[in-house]
Amino acid sequence: MSVEVLYFAWVRERIGLPRERVQTDAATVADLIAELVAREDRYAMAFADLASLRVALDQELASFDAPLAGVREVAFFPPMTGG
Amino acid sequence: MRLSVQEAPFDLGAESQAFAAGAAGAGAVVTFTGIVRDNGGALSAMEIEHYAGMTEKAIAAIMDEAAGRWALVDALVIHRFGRLAGGEMIMMVATAAPHRADAFAAAEFLMDYLKSRAPFWKKELGPEGAAWVAAKDADEAALLRW
Repeated sequence: MSVEVLYFAWVRERIGLPRERVQTDAATVADLIAELVAREDRYAMAFADLASLRVALDQELASFDAPLAGVREVAFFPPMTGG
Repeated sequence: MRLSVQEAPFDLGAESQAFAAGAAGAGAVVTFTGIVRDNGGALSAMEIEHYAGMTEKAIAAIMDEAAGRWALVDALVIHRFGRLAGGEMIMMVATAAPHRADAFAAAEFLMDYLKSRAPFWKKELGPEGAAWVAAKDADEAALLRW
């Protein structure tokens, strides 16, 4: 399947992209992260500390063990600092 | 209820006035405004990034939650993104209710949730470079009281 993967804040800066189309057979978010980390160092750097990352699936906050079936958009970002 | 995620500045006086004037049946209006701290002159600008699409959905969900918890007549959230200078207004929240306790509580609830559940990220630019503002444990802890 193909998903749109978005990166924000320092995750975007470390990976060097705001978004990309990813072909993947990952079953869960954690599986997708493992595939990305295996690609290149910049991904490994961005995903080095999962405790400092959040994920949203189709614009809803989710957990790293959430399934990816049917998901169109995955976003990775640090904890939010609104207000 | 109205929410606006915008790059342009907003007019606090005009927004507050229009909100209060339109809140038929309200006996209390509370407004909160967030302002860019200049850190004693050490900040040259703040850049606010957001997740267009999710931002609007997340704020709407927070406002719906507030409307379900308190007797609100109306609510307003305006939140800016882009490059802001020290002293500029980042965002405002307004709540209107028959009585002040609901208006105050709902405004605080909206602020607590906007801080850690609306997808904005702040970067401070200063003479020594740029740094992303880190989320505070206290901000996450603040959600537990609701």
